[in-house]
Amino acid sequence: MTQNGWLQIALFIAAVLFLARPMGSYMTAVFERRKTFLDPVVGPCERLLYRVTGVDPDQEMRWTQYAVAMLVFSAATLLLTYVVERLQAYLPWNPQHLPGVESSIALNTAISFTTNTNWQAYTPESTMSYLTQMLGLSTHNFWSAAVGLALAIAFVRGIARREMKTLGNFWVDLTRGTLWVLLPISIVYSLALVSQGVVQNLRPYDTVKIVEPQTVTGTDGKTSTVTTQTIAQGPVASQEAIKMLGTNGGGFFNANSAHPFENPTPFTNFLQMLSIFLIPAGLCITLGKMVHSPKHGWAVLAAMVVLWCAGTFTAYWAESQGNPLLHNVDARVTQTQSGGNMEGKEVRFGIANSALFATVTTDASCGAVNSMHDSFTPLGGMVPMVNILLGEVVFGGVGAGLYGMLVFVVMAVFIAGLMVGRTPEYLGKKIESFDVQMAMLYLLIFPLLILGFASIAVLMPNLGLSSLSNHGPHGLSEILYAYTSATGNNGSAFAGLSANTHWYNYSLAAAMFFGRFMMIIPMLAIAGNLAGKKIVPSSAGTFPVTTPLFTVLLTGVILIVGALTFFPVLALGPVLEHLLMRAGQLF
Amino acid sequence: MSMQAKRRSLFDPKIMRRASVDALVKLNPREMMKNPVMFVVELGSVLTTVLLIVNMAMHTGNFRFNVQITIWLWFTVLFANFAEAMAEGRGKAQADALRLAKSETTAYLVGKSGTVEEVPSSQLHVGDVVRVSAGQMVPGDGEVIEGVASVDESAITGESAPVIREAGGDRSAVTGGTRVLSDIISVRITANPGETFLDRMIALVEGAERQKTPNEIALNILLSGLTIIFLLAVVTLQPFAKYSGAPQTVFVLISLLVCLIPTTIGGLLSAIGIAGMDRLVQHNVLATSGRAVEAAGDVNTLLLDKTGTITIGNRQAAEFIPAPGVTAEQLADASQLSSLSDETPEGRSIVVLAKEQFNLRGRELGQLHAEFIPFSATTRMSGIEVDGRSIRKGAVDAIARYLIDLGAPMPDAVRANVEEIARKGGTPLVVAENGRAMGVIYLKDVVKGGMKERFEQLRAMGIRTIMITGDNPLTAAAIAREAGVDDFLAEAKPKDKMDLIKREQAEGKLVAMTGDGTNDAPALAQADVGVAMNSGTQAAKEAGNMVDLDSNPTKLIEIVAIGKQLLMTRGALTTFSISNDIAKYFAIIPAMFAGVFPVLNALNIMHLHNAESAVLSAVIFNALVIVGLIPLALRGVGYKPMSAAALLQRNLVVYGFGGIIVPFVGIKLLDMLIVALHLA
Repeated sequence: MTQNGWLQIALFIAAVLFLARPMGSYMTAVFERRKTFLDPVVGPCERLLYRVTGVDPDQEMRWTQYAVAMLVFSAATLLLTYVVERLQAYLPWNPQHLPGVESSIALNTAISFTTNTNWQAYTPESTMSYLTQMLGLSTHNFWSAAVGLALAIAFVRGIARREMKTLGNFWVDLTRGTLWVLLPISIVYSLALVSQGVVQNLRPYDTVKIVEPQTVTGTDGKTSTVTTQTIAQGPVASQEAIKMLGTNGGGFFNANSAHPFENPTPFTNFLQMLSIFLIPAGLCITLGKMVHSPKHGWAVLAAMVVLWCAGTFTAYWAESQGNPLLHNVDARVTQTQSGGNMEGKEVRFGIANSALFATVTTDASCGAVNSMHDSFTPLGGMVPMVNILLGEVVFGGVGAGLYGMLVFVVMAVFIAGLMVGRTPEYLGKKIESFDVQMAMLYLLIFPLLILGFASIAVLMPNLGLSSLSNHGPHGLSEILYAYTSATGNNGSAFAGLSANTHWYNYSLAAAMFFGRFMMIIPMLAIAGNLAGKKIVPSSAGTFPVTTPLFTVLLTGVILIVGALTFFPVLALGPVLEHLLMRAGQLF
Repeated sequence: MSMQAKRRSLFDPKIMRRASVDALVKLNPREMMKNPVMFVVELGSVLTTVLLIVNMAMHTGNFRFNVQITIWLWFTVLFANFAEAMAEGRGKAQADALRLAKSETTAYLVGKSGTVEEVPSSQLHVGDVVRVSAGQMVPGDGEVIEGVASVDESAITGESAPVIREAGGDRSAVTGGTRVLSDIISVRITANPGETFLDRMIALVEGAERQKTPNEIALNILLSGLTIIFLLAVVTLQPFAKYSGAPQTVFVLISLLVCLIPTTIGGLLSAIGIAGMDRLVQHNVLATSGRAVEAAGDVNTLLLDKTGTITIGNRQAAEFIPAPGVTAEQLADASQLSSLSDETPEGRSIVVLAKEQFNLRGRELGQLHAEFIPFSATTRMSGIEVDGRSIRKGAVDAIARYLIDLGAPMPDAVRANVEEIARKGGTPLVVAENGRAMGVIYLKDVVKGGMKERFEQLRAMGIRTIMITGDNPLTAAAIAREAGVDDFLAEAKPKDKMDLIKREQAEGKLVAMTGDGTNDAPALAQADVGVAMNSGTQAAKEAGNMVDLDSNPTKLIEIVAIGKQLLMTRGALTTFSISNDIAKYFAIIPAMFAGVFPVLNALNIMHLHNAESAVLSAVIFNALVIVGLIPLALRGVGYKPMSAAALLQRNLVVYGFGGIIVPFVGIKLLDMLIVALHLA
């Protein structure tokens, strides 16, 4: 760990906190349909959209209607992507003449992008045409993020509203989130990326002569000399911006943000990490503003920062240690190398920026990677996994992070709220049995999918275990990580697992689908129920949700609920691997 | 048979004996299913028992370990049942005392034609009229329709001093099981057999009609949800363990499950609820439902009647302040005359003052041929018509209105005096004779000692107190200031009280109030917590959701505290229960896998002796902690009025942080004991 590394980490979180307030205020104005500086530009687009689609922007929806609209929209766009993937051979912008995508991987990918997961069981540059990338995948990067935003705003309205049956209009929230928040930032952001060297074109791939021809041995034992290399091209910058901003994480290239065309410089790396946290951090402020308790927004954000801090510190520390068993490797920090465990990391990012990126991308359900999590030390690799296992609430995905966090808030308020001698109240709303029921359902689905699928996978040598490239505790981590990433809608891969098989494509698709929608329904039910309640005015007897004590409590509940459920399997996975590594055994 | 005998010790041997038997009876799965957490433990115990027998038959398995686990799992269930039975047992003991009062008595039924017929009390129905004379037991709940009697109500209230019950007014209700000490009264029965106050009380303290309260239901859902989550974690652990080459026995897996699911709070939850009701009964308050007790904890606004609650009931006449042109003696004379028939303490104090200051003797009413004008809520005056003198006495605005009707003005000097008295917190009564204002009687209000501090405590808890008084705003403001209440409602009529409650409720607040009169009934019904005085009318008692047997309006403050304590106890034990899991993981996980992976002993931070002793000590700790917390569940957690933020901080440290630490210590000690006894 170096001073320079800590400085960069400190700079990062300072920038996040600095931008949270303006971002949050702006989003509040957008979703409360107040005046913003973009109105002259996007206002007419909005009105045109409503006129064309026949949406009445003033029509309010109950939570059930809101949920149905969201499901219909998601199903329709999912289908669109599936069809585009299957038919890409017959569609334009396919300079490499790639064939239609195989059905199980097409379905997996369609679900993956619809659910904001962006799990990629395929190699993009050899599977997806430019049209598929733009029309089938990039669009979802906007839509799935806008859906998350809309849902979070609906939940916040449920808290803020008093004795109302409705949560707003899904179509309006979706439209405004896209037109006012995601699109304008993405446009500016893409241009910034282009300025740093991220490519943006529709050209066929380049073939270049390599300077030093390589002799390689194929799987059949024959040796051959490679003299040329294919360099993939494409409309990268436009997809890269929303990939980070919308916490999607689906790379244009297989190497994701480790690829120099996606993430060429330390500056783009900084921008990418910052843009992951930009909206989730801002939403906390939006929460505070919309419920008229700005301090509550900051208290929630503080809990996120505390958990982020713990993850970053652990990952940075673990990766700086390097692998104790590699005696012949110089793992010291010098002027010319960053030391530590550099396996699977880009030299231009080093330890600090790789550990930070891994923490940030898994705290938020982004899933973009600039290093290979599989190659992290056991404890360093446990950080991304635990981040997702906590429920993707440490900043979390766009919208999804906030509403997931708010479900935890409801739980924390219910458990500890009783201790102040009153029926638990959250910002004046009494938490009653229906709310607890739905919150428990929300919390239950997550371990059910992760532990359920993972335990089935380890029981089936032919389906689950045959894809493993490592055995022992590391193999367990690989399987566990895959289902965790899918269910948490993160999409990052631990790698080491050949996930493009029918079993993994379908089971992971199911985990992604249910991990998104089965959790949204109970969450919206809570919002709808809360909206109908009276607001008890706050007094000295009210449970405080604005204090550091509340932040501590919330952090504790997240850690205990997350850790208690997954402690045994983590003990058999990364913890055991770490202890065995110290005893001299590697996997 | 007095209820005062109820301050019995927490571990009364008689109750404990009965509870031990009941704990076994409660193993009936149909009973257990009402408590999902403990039902899971029972299922686990059954499973291990069956497996134990199979293992014995096949001579497999580690018998010494398995039999101990099985026994302790059963004890976990039994301890939880015992906790519930203890709480119920305390109620049952009280019910038995009450039943003695319910013994069959003979009723003297008055027929339509006036004939009196002897029937057993169990055959009385609503509308029957019975005659009860001195020495007899009142055969059922009812209302006095004729006569006055002193009644011994100690069977119900525990209060030995007899009370007066009379026809009409607010003291007409009598309760079955009480004894008439003097005179004869006619009582119209208002409750059918089996539905009397005593019956309801017995059912209540016995917990026979106990239904889960809304908060208890919500908490049960949380606990069930956590149980399912941990069930999932344990069930899926076996495949992961098999993958790792370290499969576990069912005994160890069930041990882990039982340790993780929230058995501490699950086992004590219903005991906490029953004990909360019991604490209320110990304060001589009966609630019609547990819901009302919970609502008491949530109260935002307390409506307190000034008289009798905030001030000592009797205002004392302190001074006669005559109007210009009137002597103090003339004023005293008129005041005394108008107060002769006024049996209120204020009325009597006026007569006393007149005698003290001017030696005016009380005149015999019979000789005066006087016509008394009784006080009414609408005119808000009382008075007398005697020998051509027409005297009225009342609040200043009432008398002013009366004078205006007669075309006479209210002298400014009188008004000035009235305001002066009101400012001082006194109650001015204006006396008028034949259309002329005679002057003002200064009634002094005495605020009860210690009220100011109590209101401060309530404020710290975020509860606003509103004083309700019929006084004018000036008087009310002065007393409000002296007593330290947050707000007051002056010149309150029953409807104003009702409006105030509705207004507060519309803002989302919960309101508590006390009342005793029939005109309080609608407000009592509207309030979230309506405490009727036992001395009050039947209508008031039926409208409210609690009855205070001591008829002490200040009790409301204690009721709020009991409600809060009930909720706090639940929250504290839930937090404690969940926090405990951390230590149990550190005991059991290394024990499960260190056999195959010795490096995992790094997680054995308690340095437990071996795998068996680790699992056993976690299971035993889990069972014993239920027993250890029974006193806390029955007594409730310590409670001092303070702000929610301070309470949260204190309880989080004690039960959250404490809940993390205590099991580490407890499990380590048990492990040492187990090793010392060679049990593992």
